[in-house]
Amino acid sequence: MESGAVNYFYMTPLVVFFPVIGLLFNIIFGGLIVKKGRAGEIAVGTVASLASALSFGVAVLLGISLTGQRGPVTVPYLDWINIGTLNVHWGFQVDTLSVTMMLVVAGVGTLIHIYAIGYMYEDVRLNGDPARFRRFFVFLNLFIVMMMILVSSDNYLMLFVGWEGVGLCSYLLIGFWYEKGKEGIGNALAAKKAFIANRIGDFGFLIAMFLMFGMFGTFIYKEINAMAPAAAVTTPILITAMALFMLLGVMGKSAQLPLYVWLPDAMAGPTPVSALIHAATMVTAGVYLVARSYAVYSLVPVAQNWVALVGGLSALFAATIAVGQFDIKKVLAYSTISQLGFMVAAVGMGAYVAGMFLLVTHAFFKALLFLSAGSVIQGVEYGHHHVENDPRLKKQLKKLGHDFDPQDMRNMGGLRTRMKLTFWVYLIGALALAGIFPLAGFWAKDEILTESLVLKPYIFWLLFVAAFFTAFYMGRQVLLVFFGEPRSPAAEHARDNPPVMTVPLVVLAILSAVGGGLNLPAIDTFTKWLEQTNEKFSSLGFNLVVAGASTGLALLGLSLAWYLYWKRYQEMQSLPAAKRPDDPLRAYIGPVFTGMENKWWVDELYRAIILNPYVILSRFLADQVDGRFWHDWFHDVVIAGGYRALTRFLAVPIDLGVIDRIANGLADVTKALAGRLRRIQSGFVRNYALAVFIGVVIIIGYLVLR
Amino acid sequence: MLPVYYYVGLSAILFTLGALGVLIRRNAIVIFMSIELMLNSANLAFVAYARYYQSLRGQIFVFFVMTVAAAEVAVGLALIVAIFRTKHSIDVDQMSNLKG
Repeated sequence: MESGAVNYFYMTPLVVFFPVIGLLFNIIFGGLIVKKGRAGEIAVGTVASLASALSFGVAVLLGISLTGQRGPVTVPYLDWINIGTLNVHWGFQVDTLSVTMMLVVAGVGTLIHIYAIGYMYEDVRLNGDPARFRRFFVFLNLFIVMMMILVSSDNYLMLFVGWEGVGLCSYLLIGFWYEKGKEGIGNALAAKKAFIANRIGDFGFLIAMFLMFGMFGTFIYKEINAMAPAAAVTTPILITAMALFMLLGVMGKSAQLPLYVWLPDAMAGPTPVSALIHAATMVTAGVYLVARSYAVYSLVPVAQNWVALVGGLSALFAATIAVGQFDIKKVLAYSTISQLGFMVAAVGMGAYVAGMFLLVTHAFFKALLFLSAGSVIQGVEYGHHHVENDPRLKKQLKKLGHDFDPQDMRNMGGLRTRMKLTFWVYLIGALALAGIFPLAGFWAKDEILTESLVLKPYIFWLLFVAAFFTAFYMGRQVLLVFFGEPRSPAAEHARDNPPVMTVPLVVLAILSAVGGGLNLPAIDTFTKWLEQTNEKFSSLGFNLVVAGASTGLALLGLSLAWYLYWKRYQEMQSLPAAKRPDDPLRAYIGPVFTGMENKWWVDELYRAIILNPYVILSRFLADQVDGRFWHDWFHDVVIAGGYRALTRFLAVPIDLGVIDRIANGLADVTKALAGRLRRIQSGFVRNYALAVFIGVVIIIGYLVLR
Repeated sequence: MLPVYYYVGLSAILFTLGALGVLIRRNAIVIFMSIELMLNSANLAFVAYARYYQSLRGQIFVFFVMTVAAAEVAVGLALIVAIFRTKHSIDVDQMSNLKG
């Protein structure tokens, strides 16, 4: 550490402990406060938001301190494990990479906390359990704690602690309304699915850590970075295996092929959760992990290829599915998988700056999109309630005669005029995601495309096509939700939300709009910032051809969406309702669209090839092996039967035959002896007297004659 | 003066008579008298030897024996009366409650 310059590194642990204080406060006092009604709920939410905001403040101070530094700083904090050569401590890695993550997590996290004060107020009432308001904020703070542990650790084991911790929070928050969902268990199943899919990934990460400890004997980034080049020469196979197993962890956490299936289901959680955990922060942990392991990955081109390929395929695959979804949050979920694919592909091919850049900007605009989607859902929900409580309007509703789904885009439309603010911020988010100049997504995506063209051209084409789909599905979504005529009474009576929800949206919208300024061509603020961590964090310059091509592509996607969902949609309205397809695209590419709508049947495929055999195997193990063999046969017949036979043997021949017979025989002998002896007792005084005399004579005789 | 073994012989004869009386007779009073006879045969032996050895210790012992005998008679007769009251008999063969 250099002396002289002012630094705040000693405050690093607070980045974790401020949210801890917040969650403890809400655990202990929140229950009492929340009973005070609206004001109490605001107080609980404010404490949680403040905890996150203070954490953000510390992160900012750390960022300022880093500007006076040449390289990374580590802040040792606690000893954890000391066994033999295994020395694990809880230390903090403060470098530009981790501070970037901290800023994103705490910054976006704080905005989402604030938004959630407004959103959850409605949500807990709608779902009929206001007492869960506090629980939500405790979980949210716990998530910030775990995410901070993850990004601030200076070794892989503490990173894994945070890694598992955010997985737990994800599980808890997906299943927040655990008794709701399909058949009253849908949300719980979604939470379980997320947990198990992540477990498969974590298994890979654990194996990677075992290999790591086997090779290096340490978990500390700095030491591994120093030893990796030598290990790549002596044990290339092990280090490749380590990188590939780590990729498995990335697939799970960052929802990449083939483990992405949990993320769309995770939309069962409340919308702020989807925004914070399943879009902006937790799912980017995998990207962070690869960027953090830059020293290892840059030595193993095979693993780099795989990472990039997984990312590229996920980006394209998920983008196609997003086109066919009708649930407003599912579209965003698949879009998230697709964008994570971009990031993973970027860090996989070594374009760490580009990947991190997209990570940051994506956190802005995807959080914005999710929160706006939450705003839309709640607006429609409000409209739905309004309609239901109005007897005149309720008659209209009856004609529709189906369960109302406030997340189905087919029930929306025309919200542009009804939710003005939400519309504008949503538009900004969508255009940023689509990659329209000069919004944040444009710069980040462009950087990735430029780098991939140089580093791995085949990835470039995957991402290029994915970018087209991105623009298309976002155009489709905006048009379906906000344009045209309202397609349900609920949408007709939707209204915008209170400022506590819209202010964070505006802030995020501004960030999404100007976020690209972080790394403008030729100025390269972000690149220089990350270069401080390691010189491998560099980026290529701006490529006008790629930028032009990708913008053209995005515009093409948007105009195609406009043609289909604006022009064709209007024409379709003249058709009779029975013949009218619910989606214009279905009219052109029917079977393909059905495939997209059904997510290419991946869930069904997994069910057929993994789940069902697994269930059959479990049944077999439970019924046949455990039930019939172990329980019925081994326990009942062998152990219980054997024991019973042994007991019977001990009871009858041994106890009755031997021990009892000894006791009884003793008694019988005594009795027979006594029967003989009693004859002596004649009862005649004379006899006794004679006995006395004889005795006296014998004694005297003895005394005299001896 | 008669030699001492005459007295001792008489004493032995009396003792034998007494012992036989205890063993043979059934009447409790007679048994009692036989016991007295044995005691007095012992007294006779004491007195004879006292005289023979010119010592008073034997004489003194006799007094003790007579005292004990008197006490014994008192207790013994009381017992006999008590037995008679319950059994209406003083035949010792009737008193065989301890027969096994």
